[in-house]
Amino acid sequence: MMIPILNISTQALFGQLLLGLINGAFYALLSLGLAVIFGMLNIVNFAHGALYMVGAFCAYFLLNLFGLGYWWALLIAPIVVGALGVVIERTMLQRLAGLDHLYGLLLTFGLALIIQGVFQNYFGSSGLPYAIPPELQGGSNLGFMYLPNYRGWVVVFSLVVCLATWFMIERTKLGAYLRAATENPSLVRAFGINVPLMITLTYGFGVGLAALAGVLAAPINQVRPLMGADFIIVVFAVVVIGGMGSIMGSVVTGFMLGVVEGMTKVFWPEASNTVVFVIMAVVLLIKPAGLFGRTA
Amino acid sequence: MTAHAISSSAAIDAAKRRDELIAFAVLFLVLAAAPAVIYPFFLMQALCFALFACAFNLLIGYVGLLSFGHAMFLGLAGYVSAHMAKVGTIDIGSANFGIHLNFGPMNPLVAILFGVAASAILGVLTGALAIRRQGIYFAMITLALSQMIYFFCLQAPFTHGEDGIQGVPQGKLLLGHIDLSQQTTMYYFVLAIFVVGFAIIHRVVNSPFGDVLKSIRENEPRAISLGYKSDQYKLAAFVLSAALVGLAGATKSIVAQNASLTDVHFAMSGEVVLMTLVGGLGTFFGPIVGAFIIVAMQNYLAGFGQWVQVIQGVIFVACVLAFRRGIVGEIAHRLGISL
Repeated sequence: MMIPILNISTQALFGQLLLGLINGAFYALLSLGLAVIFGMLNIVNFAHGALYMVGAFCAYFLLNLFGLGYWWALLIAPIVVGALGVVIERTMLQRLAGLDHLYGLLLTFGLALIIQGVFQNYFGSSGLPYAIPPELQGGSNLGFMYLPNYRGWVVVFSLVVCLATWFMIERTKLGAYLRAATENPSLVRAFGINVPLMITLTYGFGVGLAALAGVLAAPINQVRPLMGADFIIVVFAVVVIGGMGSIMGSVVTGFMLGVVEGMTKVFWPEASNTVVFVIMAVVLLIKPAGLFGRTA
Repeated sequence: MTAHAISSSAAIDAAKRRDELIAFAVLFLVLAAAPAVIYPFFLMQALCFALFACAFNLLIGYVGLLSFGHAMFLGLAGYVSAHMAKVGTIDIGSANFGIHLNFGPMNPLVAILFGVAASAILGVLTGALAIRRQGIYFAMITLALSQMIYFFCLQAPFTHGEDGIQGVPQGKLLLGHIDLSQQTTMYYFVLAIFVVGFAIIHRVVNSPFGDVLKSIRENEPRAISLGYKSDQYKLAAFVLSAALVGLAGATKSIVAQNASLTDVHFAMSGEVVLMTLVGGLGTFFGPIVGAFIIVAMQNYLAGFGQWVQVIQGVIFVACVLAFRRGIVGEIAHRLGISL
């Protein structure tokens, strides 16, 4: 069935819409992690893209070295990368407390260079294949389009994770402590809550989300040492557009920009690389604090 | 303030100026004599990067703005000056409507000026956007905008995409009296450009304008409350920095006789941060020292592939954790002087 819209088949249109949603899911997971980390640590985690890549490699190693498949990877990779994050926070980021926020950016940029450089040395720049798990192979015909099951799963699962994170931070007691510690760490500490531990775990959780996104991306984008390098710049633009003030804001902005990017691929392919940056420029002109940001 | 305090602060200023003048004279003499012992092509490259780092330092060191997108100015100026020196056409707009000029291949100095102008214009456009946010947002915005320029350079016809612009003629100056294809001549041409750029930065930082910039770095709300329009000052500093980076990039493309995507990629933006950090943020001579060290390191370690990147990352981490003053900053701190 073909309904031509501006000479573009519905299959192509919905196909790109789905790809856009998937990219949007990754934007949402990554910018969510960045926002959570920024809220607690006041650090823009430049290593986020590199740790997303490490997450994907974790899945690859688990499968090829230990024979543990996709579902195990979905559980183990975020824990491994989260633990790595805890080590990074305890040994390095913690020493930057009280310094200009820019030093956190510089330190994590250096970490990204190290991590990506090491992986590039051993794996070059080409992609390693990672198969879609058997349960999610194949696709369903929705009438207006063919939906590969795995892609549908990625969108739904990311959405669930994003909403769960939102719920945890905005609606639970732990989240309330977290938000309070963001506002006034010394006061929360005075109430006997271990804020440094909370900060460490927050960083671990944020990079764990990045690793989760990496595992989800592995069957779609292949596993490459530089898979997060350019991606993280787009995520930064997403963060600027959404503003880091709100959890839901990051999620909505992430999905929205993924879709806009997908649509641009249909109607004006040359601009698809830059459309997010153009939107960022427009948002800065109209609402400098970002769509969901509070002016600070 | 008492008369005594005024005279002693004037004395400190005079001593500071004397220290800087001596350091500047030593640096100039060393650089003028250097080609006798060090491979001139390396020196020319290092000088271009040194000017790049000094111009970057103008923003981070004296206004407190961390730009993570300065490669866009280096790369764009490199492309424009290489194109002007080799082809010399300007085509903007469609075939029927737009600007279409054909100057033919230009002399290198004019080509460089075109590169500087292009970077300055880009500086106005990107700076006006970026200064709308502060701190880490400023860094992320400049990074995103430079990525946009990267894709522009990848797709625009005049840059030749992945191939870049190759075989840029070095040309002659002053009606053919100065032949830049002579390596020694080229070296002193580059040195002259570097000294001019460095002197401009020094003059700006030590001017009343520079004092306002430093006050914005220290406490922006207070500077605003004193009646300074901080946005205008920040934009002016940004454009000046962009233009000087353009000068470095344009000169670099004439020296290396090519312009490529490397110079506009965000890894280059990271490298200039590293150079400045290693040498010392906010010091006059730090970026020069940092640039020479990083360029030398890249030359010597070129055979080690991606380990260079790992080493750079380690240096980044080490500097941020334990060595935030940088080399020159540390020396100046130990000696109790300002460099």
